Amino acid sequence: MHVYILRRLILMVPVLLGLTVIVFLIMSMIPGDPALAILGSYATPDNVAKLRADLGLDKTMVEQYWIWLTNMLQGDFGRSYSLNRPVLDEILERFGATLILAGTSLVLCTIFGLLTGVVSAVRQYGWADKALTFAVLIGISVPSFWLGLLLMMFFAVELRWLPVSGMYAIYGGGDLPDLIRHLILPSITLAVVATGIIARLTRSNMLEVLRQDFIRTARAKGLDENRVIYRHAFKAALVNVIPVIGVQAGFVLGGAVYIETVFQWPGIGRMLVNAISTRDILLVQGGVVLVAGSYVLFNLFADVIQHLLDPRVKA
Amino acid sequence: MTSNTATASEIKTKKRSARPSAFKLLARNQLALMGAVILALVVLIVLITPILPLPDPDVTNPAQRLLPPFSDGHLLGTDHLGRDLLSRLLWGTRVSLAVGISASLVAALFGSTIGIVSGYFGGRTDNIMMRGIDMLMAFPYILLALAIVAALGPGLMNALYAIAVVNIPFFARNIRGVTVGIAHREFVDAAKLSGKGHIRILLTEILPNVMPVIVITISTTVGWMILETAGLSFLGLGAQPPQADLGSMLGEGRKLITTAQHLSAIPGAMIFILVMSINLLGDGIRDVLDPRLKSGALARPAPLTKIDRSDQGAGNQIADETVLAVDDLRTEFVLGDDTYKAVGGVSFDVGKNECVGLVGESGSGKSVTALSLLGLVASPPGTIVGGRVMFDGKDVYDMSENQVRDIRGGKAAYVFQDPLSTLHPLFSIGDQLVEAIRAHNAVSYRDAWAKAVKLLGMVRIPNPESRADNYPHQLSGGMRQRVGIAMALANEPRLIIADEPTTALDVTVQAQILKLMNDLRTDHGTSVLFITHDFGVVSEICDRVAVMYAGRIVEMGTTEQVLKHPAHPYTKRLIDCVPRLGEPDRRTSAIPGLPPAVNNLPAGCAFADRCDRAEEKCRVGAIAFDDLGDGHAVRCIKPMEGANG
Amino acid sequence: MADVSDVVLQTSDLVRTFGGGRTFLGGKKPTVYAVRGIDVAVRKGETLGIVGESGCGKSTLARMLVGLDRPTEGNITLTGLDMNDLISDDRHALSKRIQYVFQDPISSLNPRKLIRETLAAPLRYLRGLSGDSLEARMKELMDAVNLRPEFLDRYPHEFSGGQAQRIGIARALAAEPEIIVLDEPVSALDVSVQAQVLNLLSDLKDQFGLTYIFISHDLSVVEAVSDRVAVMYFGRVVEQAPGRALFDKPRHPYTRLLLDSAPVPGKRGLTVEDATAELPDPLAPPPGCAFAPRCSRAQDDCVAKVPDAHYGLDNHDAACFHPLNPVTTR
Repeated sequence: MHVYILRRLILMVPVLLGLTVIVFLIMSMIPGDPALAILGSYATPDNVAKLRADLGLDKTMVEQYWIWLTNMLQGDFGRSYSLNRPVLDEILERFGATLILAGTSLVLCTIFGLLTGVVSAVRQYGWADKALTFAVLIGISVPSFWLGLLLMMFFAVELRWLPVSGMYAIYGGGDLPDLIRHLILPSITLAVVATGIIARLTRSNMLEVLRQDFIRTARAKGLDENRVIYRHAFKAALVNVIPVIGVQAGFVLGGAVYIETVFQWPGIGRMLVNAISTRDILLVQGGVVLVAGSYVLFNLFADVIQHLLDPRVKA
Repeated sequence: MTSNTATASEIKTKKRSARPSAFKLLARNQLALMGAVILALVVLIVLITPILPLPDPDVTNPAQRLLPPFSDGHLLGTDHLGRDLLSRLLWGTRVSLAVGISASLVAALFGSTIGIVSGYFGGRTDNIMMRGIDMLMAFPYILLALAIVAALGPGLMNALYAIAVVNIPFFARNIRGVTVGIAHREFVDAAKLSGKGHIRILLTEILPNVMPVIVITISTTVGWMILETAGLSFLGLGAQPPQADLGSMLGEGRKLITTAQHLSAIPGAMIFILVMSINLLGDGIRDVLDPRLKSGALARPAPLTKIDRSDQGAGNQIADETVLAVDDLRTEFVLGDDTYKAVGGVSFDVGKNECVGLVGESGSGKSVTALSLLGLVASPPGTIVGGRVMFDGKDVYDMSENQVRDIRGGKAAYVFQDPLSTLHPLFSIGDQLVEAIRAHNAVSYRDAWAKAVKLLGMVRIPNPESRADNYPHQLSGGMRQRVGIAMALANEPRLIIADEPTTALDVTVQAQILKLMNDLRTDHGTSVLFITHDFGVVSEICDRVAVMYAGRIVEMGTTEQVLKHPAHPYTKRLIDCVPRLGEPDRRTSAIPGLPPAVNNLPAGCAFADRCDRAEEKCRVGAIAFDDLGDGHAVRCIKPMEGANG
Repeated sequence: MADVSDVVLQTSDLVRTFGGGRTFLGGKKPTVYAVRGIDVAVRKGETLGIVGESGCGKSTLARMLVGLDRPTEGNITLTGLDMNDLISDDRHALSKRIQYVFQDPISSLNPRKLIRETLAAPLRYLRGLSGDSLEARMKELMDAVNLRPEFLDRYPHEFSGGQAQRIGIARALAAEPEIIVLDEPVSALDVSVQAQVLNLLSDLKDQFGLTYIFISHDLSVVEAVSDRVAVMYFGRVVEQAPGRALFDKPRHPYTRLLLDSAPVPGKRGLTVEDATAELPDPLAPPPGCAFAPRCSRAQDDCVAKVPDAHYGLDNHDAACFHPLNPVTTR
């Protein structure tokens, strides 16, 4: 087991390197001279040349990448010009908020997705299955940013049950109950799509597994039907669903961009949108690398769980 | 040479089946049809939008700003700049649809190409391409699109590129998986040997088989792509003013959500309707193109076969010493409009400590008979429509689900054909044995484990203590089948139903397993019902044998009677058409033609069409199962000579 | 093997391994030896039967013979020409001379193509036919395998296993090969249909003067069709002889075991190994004779060294230090 985790950790290194290469390449596609963009109306030929040298833009791509990478490894993600503070400080500050939101959503969508899928499969073609299947279809078809607005209008503006936006109340907030009250709407909105996807997959996998020969064997042994479904079938289906939950973590992290914008959640997604509009490239770069890196780590976690469940999977 | 006659009757028996057209199947699915109709309507409207009498979507009119829906001249009202919302909605839908579909096609083209090439060539090509795809997939979905838009700058085309790029890995992965499966099929090798080159094979052999999957993937992602491009526009990173798509309209509406809710409600609802209709249609397309779904095979089998009996057997007397008595059992499958009479009235019994063989070719109904005994036939589509199964003097089909469950694995146990697929891959074999024991005995896990180890020793698995911790994939085929037998023995059953237990095994291992089963039967006094297609195996292990053809028993007797003096022409020819070891010069005489399909059985004898002794009266009315004396019975009006006794 | 004038196909020291090499982190990947040194020769017009259980390497051997797989070591010669040279000159040259019939008849036909398209491929690409001559030839082939010409316009799913296998045979015949490798051609078929296909194969052989390499796990089928038989175990040929001799007086204990294990209708009482004997681990083959661990005659020399054998075209030999039915004439 330890060997497996260690091996996976080592194999993560090239993935992370590749990830930084892609980010670097994408950022180097930016048309025009970053020095010009940064200096704006202050751009005199002298200033531009000086900034180019400071930024290392006169070096080759490989050298530039190497400098950029080593700086990043030393915690130097550069300075955000729009916020005028180190990129790392800003993204770390906001990353916590995103993790709380995305983590809650991931837990919600995993629980409800698996539950819905299993119930739907067990009651195949019954009214519960039909209702759930329809709900799931709505869930994966509704734009989450619109659903967020609807929920906000209804529960926050009309009924005033929950706060409209933000992470904490401006006056007198800041404790855990306050956070939870603020978290409810955005985390549910964010979880809806992923719940639908996990539910569909769980349902079809359960149905597939229930037709397998080993389920017939379990029945031929005289096992209780509940045991057949919830122990034999569910475990076999879960093994196929877990990698998809890993992928859903990516959808949830990405989807946070919309939800944070809708609910004014002070996370990294909203920061990225702002940074793109203000062309604060270093901030975008840092944010993307951090979020993508944490996503890779999460997938490692999903792989390890699958490895624990399925003795057939080898590294 | 008998093959000439063979073709003639084959044509008669094999009904030419036309595939139901894809559109017909799609139309049968009401939800999909609804999606298709809505989508067609939307597409039609946006196609004729340019010629509709609508105001220019971009002309502002501050005097008429924020009019509510159903205002004069503005059916859906106006926005904060006084632009007509209906006009903007239709033009916006046009843009969103076009962008979504284009992005899907771009992603499908590049992704599928990578997937097909990677999957077909494999090896290093595959490795390099897939590592690249992995890198792209290491990014949380929309984040990569954001990074690309950040680099290229906001704009509709850039959003399209970004969404297309982030979806390429999805296509590549999916299509590669399918291609790998197809590239290893034998027809690809056959095409290579037919002189086709790689390009030709890719285009004419692989692509036609991958195409349905590409279509499925496109139809299930178009909706998603529309959502994502709308999302980018919503964030202000897609369509730039004054051009509008649904997402940017929603984004603008959000700013005025408290004052003019229709500005966000209308475009949001439009996206929802559009995506929903596409998803409904996409699911329909998937159901039509996916062969597994098409056959309705994904229905969940019930724990007990559906029983809907029109009669309860012929009421034959049952001798005292019988363990199992089957009386006129009939099991049918209903698939579409066809009823398959898989088991069409089967009667036999198994005495104490007796081994009865049930012999037949594939489709003869022997396995369905075996599974019907304790209600293990999958239903849907299977139903037991008549007869009874007396186990220990009680009719199994009159019992409750719980009572049947008590018998399963308790007094009667099954051993199945392929021990790899019949053992659960994720539980250790010890664990699976413990389950079997504890399902029928209230013993602790520890005690059950000890018994499991003992059982493994009983079926002669070396080092049973350590082997009990193994998973099925860690054992060889022969060892797995021993586990299957151990599981059947767990609760000292009176009857073991063995369904082709040695067919998947090599001959030397088969010999070991047959010996093991024979020894165990003698030691424990167990009765065995042994299903096989191999007369050699029958001679080895069975006391009596029943020969099945087209769902019915055509001959039954002691093994010696049936093998030495077969009475039914089918039995005789079936024995003769197999080459026999040690008799290389005997030219085997083939049986012409094919067995009849059980959804289209002829009147009279089902074998008459292939029988060289058949007469007119063989083809009319039911043929009786006549006793020839000494328990040898045959369903033939002209039994073979010298067979009586 | 000196008497080679009528030998059409010969292999020498054929080895095929899978895996091997190094992993990304520098660890050694395990090597599986599927075929571990095989010498066989086939005479024109004869049927060489190759029999063995699953995992013995018989299918790997078959695939190498038709060029679907390449040997790791050793070479294959067709009437004296090295197969590699043959392929490098003209990639169709091999397929024109040696063809293959697959085990699973349905999956060897593309489910989305008409039989016509499948059957036309070898005629078009290997024999350069087109138009009327192509059409006429297809009818001839269908006739040769006793199928009606209207079957050409059907899809594979409309056929039974036996019919599909006849189409597979017709496709192999289309290339007008000298040799056909038959890889378990009847084992996927029901017994009553097996005989139809076996009889057809025998008729075609006489009609077209074909040479067969018939691979099967079924001893009785191999005995019925073969002029000479080679028995494979764990990647090697352990015994080879003219058909009768091998079945009457097997020399290798493994052949004996195979014969004893096959159930025969009407006979009872198989002799069975005592132990729960199994194949050796292909990742770690034993040093000497691979059969030694389950052989009752094994002695010290069996586990020390791999026994050798001299397989000629007409002799009977076994790779065994302590053979049964000791040699009287050699």
